[in-house]
Parts: sequence; structure tokens; C-alpha cells
Amino acid sequence: MSTATDIASVDTVTAADRGRRWSAVVADFCRRRPLGAIGAGVVVLMIVVALTAPGIAPYDPLNIDFAAMLAPPDAAHWLGTDAYGRDVLSRIIYGSQTALIVGFGAAFIGATAGAVLGVGSAYFGGRTDLVVQRFMDIFISFPLIILALAMVAILGNTLPNLIIAITVPMIPRCSLVIRSSALSIREMPYVDAARAAGYGHARIILRHMLPNVMAPYLIMLTSFLGQAILLEASLSFLGLGVQEPTAAWGLMLRGAAVEFAETAPWMALFPGLAISLAVFAFNLFGDSLRDALDPKLRTG
Amino acid sequence: MNARRMTWFAGILSATASLLLLTAADALADEKPRSGGELIFPVPSEPPSYDAHREQTFGVIHPVAPHYNGLLRFDPTDPTGTKPVADLAESWTVSDDGLTYIFKLRKGVKFHDGAEMTSADVKASYDKIVFPPAGVVSDRKGQYTVVKAIEAPDANTVVFRLKWPAVSFLASLASPWNWIYRAEILAKDPHWYETHINGTGPFTFVEHVKGSHWVGKKNPNYWDKGKPYLDGYRALFIKSSAAQVAAVRGERAHIQFRGFTPADRDALKAALGDKITVAESPWDCLLMVAPNHQKKPFGDKRVRRALTLALDRYAGSKALSRIAIVKEVAGVQVPGTPYATPPAELEKLAGYGKDINAARAEAKKLLKEAGAEGLTFTLSNRGVPMPYEPVAVWLIDQWRQIGVTVKQEVVEAAAYYGVLKKGEFDIAMDFQCGYTVEPDLDLYKFTSRSKNPSNFGFYEDKVLDDLYEKQSRAKTVDERKKYVREFEKRLLDEEAHYMMTLQWHRIIPHSSKVHGWQVTPSHYLNNMLDTVWLSDGPSH
Repeated sequence: MSTATDIASVDTVTAADRGRRWSAVVADFCRRRPLGAIGAGVVVLMIVVALTAPGIAPYDPLNIDFAAMLAPPDAAHWLGTDAYGRDVLSRIIYGSQTALIVGFGAAFIGATAGAVLGVGSAYFGGRTDLVVQRFMDIFISFPLIILALAMVAILGNTLPNLIIAITVPMIPRCSLVIRSSALSIREMPYVDAARAAGYGHARIILRHMLPNVMAPYLIMLTSFLGQAILLEASLSFLGLGVQEPTAAWGLMLRGAAVEFAETAPWMALFPGLAISLAVFAFNLFGDSLRDALDPKLRTG
Repeated sequence: MNARRMTWFAGILSATASLLLLTAADALADEKPRSGGELIFPVPSEPPSYDAHREQTFGVIHPVAPHYNGLLRFDPTDPTGTKPVADLAESWTVSDDGLTYIFKLRKGVKFHDGAEMTSADVKASYDKIVFPPAGVVSDRKGQYTVVKAIEAPDANTVVFRLKWPAVSFLASLASPWNWIYRAEILAKDPHWYETHINGTGPFTFVEHVKGSHWVGKKNPNYWDKGKPYLDGYRALFIKSSAAQVAAVRGERAHIQFRGFTPADRDALKAALGDKITVAESPWDCLLMVAPNHQKKPFGDKRVRRALTLALDRYAGSKALSRIAIVKEVAGVQVPGTPYATPPAELEKLAGYGKDINAARAEAKKLLKEAGAEGLTFTLSNRGVPMPYEPVAVWLIDQWRQIGVTVKQEVVEAAAYYGVLKKGEFDIAMDFQCGYTVEPDLDLYKFTSRSKNPSNFGFYEDKVLDDLYEKQSRAKTVDERKKYVREFEKRLLDEEAHYMMTLQWHRIIPHSSKVHGWQVTPSHYLNNMLDTVWLSDGPSH
């Protein structure tokens, strides 16, 4: 009995310690990197808004109200209405769902696939490394937006295809960064030890090398989030992203928003601000995370 | 005393009359065409070739039409653009059986290279259009299947012999695409006109700089003495609509003949006030919805009828006309034209009634009966924002109100017709534009798929085909109207094969200096510029 109690108390202490440690880390991050903390705060707010959109949006974002077409901001519609009388605030709130689905989807898949390829390329070296890296060089030679445009043109503009189109250009960028970190890890004694112990390549890569490139991986992931949101907005603005009547920030900037830019500037202003704020927040958070995780940049 | 009063009264009366006469004379002087100046207009598209017989785009008509004449043309002063009048033909007669059309040509008409125009040129041009030789493309060949033979019995007479009487034949000869070319040149090289210009029109060719501009100058030997009024014209190839608007706003261009959006119109009017005159007209272009009859449940007419009943076209017209180039609620003909449906009759068709709540209740009932409650489908749309996007957003909202969920799939414009032709869609946005409002031209699209490859509903309807033939061969206007109405009722109401959305609306805000140009329902008409003049001389 006493043993069980001891174990339980040890567990409790450990959980409490862990909680305290996390709080300390967060507090330390906020103190040392206030801009990063602000960025993180905006990101958290965006996630909360996206998750609670049906509860907090004042109107159905798809609901057309011709009686309220092009209405300026007022008490009924805080950010005004668009050319179809749809509430701009509600569409921005719901648009955060599209931004985050595409942003997180593309950034996570792109960074993860890039990390696996980068680590694998570094681990195997030789001809494998040569072939993989040349492929990466080919892909990286295309500007991000051009490659994404080509992918959408080939695949079509559904939401999953949009995520793929944004993901593909990100893979080589992540792969190159991760590979350079993984090259030094490959020479570590514990990797040699794992090899000597007879572990398979997959186990060595996944269990021993990948966890050690977590810092650059997280940095790439956060920087990709902002880029992915911006790319999604750009593609939607060009008519190649998500389609009407879906609520999406880039989509809100095109069509009538351009036509009525002079008479109804709120149609473009507020979604534009939402995009800028989200990208700025992700970039601030990503930069601070890089400073915090990269030992070479750690200031003390 | 009475005499003095009479004198005063007579004096005042004569002074007033003189004043009125002077004012009227001033007004008339204002309206008298003034010679000189260069008309400048942006063209949003560029000519793929210079040969209108083979092309389909206004990108050919707008810059190149001023170099040519047709046999007939549509009256440039008629706002409906439906009245054929003489152009190179001076007069014509039609035989009692309606099978022979004899045209007498104007004498003394010269091509720009100095050669005399004769009936051989008209015959050669129409032979190229109606019976093109192998390797020569004639885009509108199908519209002249009625023609049996074209003859040129003497230098000034052309005879068209038809297989059956066709009431629309004169209108088809007034087509703005049927330019008269020189027979001798065509005999040597039927492709010559694809890259060269030599017409009889009011302006001669100066230069074409690809991607930049097209310039024409006054033809001093034009057969219509006193015309053209302009010294020349300059077409600027500008694709961006914002740049076109900026050109007109900055008074660097006088007019754009295709059309601007309501927002552009309002912005130009606000910026330039009286310097801008706005000409508007229903547009002979119709956005419609094609349900693919080969895909379930769109083969069921109850479902198609429910979808058309859900549309509140009148409210849609009022709202969408503020933001898009659509406006008129119409059947199969442009409102205001000879065969258009009277409003009272239009309201009897499914989806055209004024009680939208009753219509939507019926729509829900029909969907339930068809087992299609909670219907979900994809609307395929063309990747051209205006007016396709706003109309699609409106449609999706309208269908949502009868419990139908629709996702929009936008297909890049160049690939769109591939999707339509292969039938790779549930419901698709389709459109039709014509150069004149004429039932033969406008209704052909809706005949059975086996007869007509541009029927994207993929249906067969013999009754509809018969009605098409009957209206085409009707002997009187009233008889033809009756068949057109029957055709329309079957197409839009009984079978709901297609669903009309809203008629396009043409908005031409132009410099108030431009006179002598009449807006019509077609952006292919009135581009010869022979009647156009500038009130203030050259300003550029």
C-alpha cells in the first residue's frame, strides 16, 4: 500500500513539477521575448476565434442580404457588409478557419515531409543524398508562388489540392535546412552506437535523429505557417484558391472589393488587416522561437 | 386700345417664336456632325487573325470592322439592332415563295487598293462563308445551311437561292462578321485576309502593333459621300479593365465599345460629371444554367423545375445590377425586341412569378416528390469573374433557401468548354451571345443534342426541335411569335431543360464628345465608325 501511495505521490509531484516547469518556461519566454509573446497571443486568439466561430460570429457568413449591400461599418455590422450584403466581421471570423486549416495543414505536412527527407538524405549520404538534393534544388529554383500556381493549375482548386499546392514548394526549403543540421548529428557517437547495436535505418532516423532536429523543425514550421496563410490568400485573390461563397480572407479581397475600393473600402481593409496581423503574429512568434531554440542565437 | 393690345400681343408672340427658332437652330447646329479628330478606344482583346469570317471575338470586330462593308448591315440608329438596311447592296427583292433573294449592288464602290467592287466579290466572300473550300475555316457556316446557291448574273447583281423560306435570312446577311473581300485576292489565296486588310470600308489601314495599338485613317474615296466624319481612329489593346477605365477617366480614350461594370460607370460619372455620357442597353448575352440531364437527379424534370422555381429573379436583378453587368429578367429574347416575351406572359413561366414564397414552397414539394430533399451538387463555373462570379454566388444562395447545398467549382476559362463538351459536370454555367436578336440564331442552342453540339444540357426533345422548325418557317410575324412562345414555355417551364438567370446589361460610359454612335444589345454591332463624330475636335 505504502509503495502505491509513494508512487502516486511521486507521480503527482512529477505532474506538478512539469506544470510549474512549463509555466516557468512560458513566463521566461514572455519576459525575454515580449514581441514573440505578443505574436503567440495573437496566434492563440486566432485559434480560439476559429474554433468558436459559430458561437461568436454575429451572422451566417454565407447569408446574402440585398437590403444591406455595401453597408458601411455601423452598430448592426461592425465591419460593414460586402457587395452581397454579407457581414464582413462574420466572414473574417469564419475565414480564420480556412486560413488555419490551410496554414497548419500545409505548414505541418510541408515541414514534416521536408524534415524526413532532409534527415534521410543526410543519414544515407552518397548517391541518395546527391539525387535527393538535386531534386530539391530543382524545386527550390521556382519561386514559391509560381510553383503553387502551377500545382493548383494541374490539380484543380479544391481545399485539399490547395493544401498540397502550398505544401510542395515548402518541402525542399525545409529539407535543405534540416539536412544541414542532420549532417552534424549523423556523426554523433550515439548514432554510431545505434548502428552498431543493429537498429534499422527507420528506427535510427525516427528515434535518434529526428528528435534532435526538432529546433530547426519548429522554427521552419512556424515560419511556414505565416507563408502558407499568405500563399492561400494570394491564390484565393488570384481566383485559384478556395471559391465563393466560402469565407476566406484572400477571397474577400478580390472581385467587388477591388471594384468598390473607393466607395466601400471596408470590404478590402478589414480582411487585409486580418491577413497582415496573422502573418505578422506567426512571423514574430517564429522569430522568437528561433532565437530561443537556436543555441547560436541564444543571448543568455 | 384693343388694336394696341393686339400689336403688343403679336410682338411678344413673334419675339418668343424667334427665340424658339434660334434655340432650335442652335440645337440643330450642335447635332450637325463635325468632321475631324481621332477616336481613341481601348479594346480588351486582340485579333487572333484579321479575317472575321473565321473569328469569334470582338477583338477582331472592334479594331478591324471600320475597314470593311457588308452586303447589308443593321441600322446604326436602331437601338434594338434588329433592322437590316442596305450597305453595299442598294436594294433587294424577295420572290413570292421566299426562296430567291436578288440584291442590286451600289456602283462606284472601290476597294482600298483601287479595284472596283462587283458582284463577283460578294459571291466570292459568301462562297467562302457558306461553302468554304477545304482548309478554310468559316465559323458561321452552320447559320447558312438554308443557302442552296449564290449567283452573280451581272456585275451589279447577286442572287441567293434558298432551300426553304427563312424569315431570318436578311438578318443573317446583315451579320457584322460577313465582310466583303476582293474575289481576285481570295482566288489566289483564301488565307490572304487572315493577315492583310483590303476592304471598301470608311477607314483605310495604317498600322497594327501587336500588344499595343491599331490605327486607321479616313478613306478619302469612301462611297458614302461626306462620311466618315473622323480623320481616323486608334484602338488601344488594353486587357486590364482598371487600365481601360483609367484611360477613359484620364481622357486618354473616348469610349470602350464592349462595356464597363456599374461600379466603373459610377466612378467615371463621379470623376468626370458632364464630360461623361452613359449609354446603356440590355445585352444580347444571357447567362444560363445547364443541368446535365445525363446525371442523376437532373434527368428528373421535377428537380430541374424546383431549381428554377427557387430563383427570385426580380430581387436578383435589382441587387445584382448594382454590382455586375446583369440586369434584365428575360426569357429567350432580349426585352424590347420584336419577339421578346411580354412581362405578363413571362410571369406565367416557372421561376418568373412574383410570389417567391409560393414558388419556393412548390420547389421544396417537387424535390420531396423526386426524392431529392437535401440535394447536394457542384456548380461548374467559368473562370471569368464578371459576371460569372456574382451570378454564381446569387444562385448558390437562392438554392440554399430550398435546402439545396451547392459547391462552386471554377474552371479556368480556356479549359471550361472542354468540361462542358465532355459533360463532366452536374450543373454548369453556360452562356450565349449573339450579334442580333433573332429567334433562329438564339433558339438553335436549345435544340436536341443530336442536332446541336452546343446543347450542354445533353437532352433530346423532338417537340422542341419541331417548334424550332415551325418558328423558323412561319410565314407571318404573329405565327412566328406564337411558336417562339410555345418553344419558350416548353424549354423553361414544362421541361425546364435550361434555367435563365439574368440578361447581361451593357454599360458604355463614354466621352460626351462622342456623337453618332448608338448603343445596341450587341457589342458586335455599330463598329464601322462611319457615323461617329467628335463634337470638340481632337483633344488628344
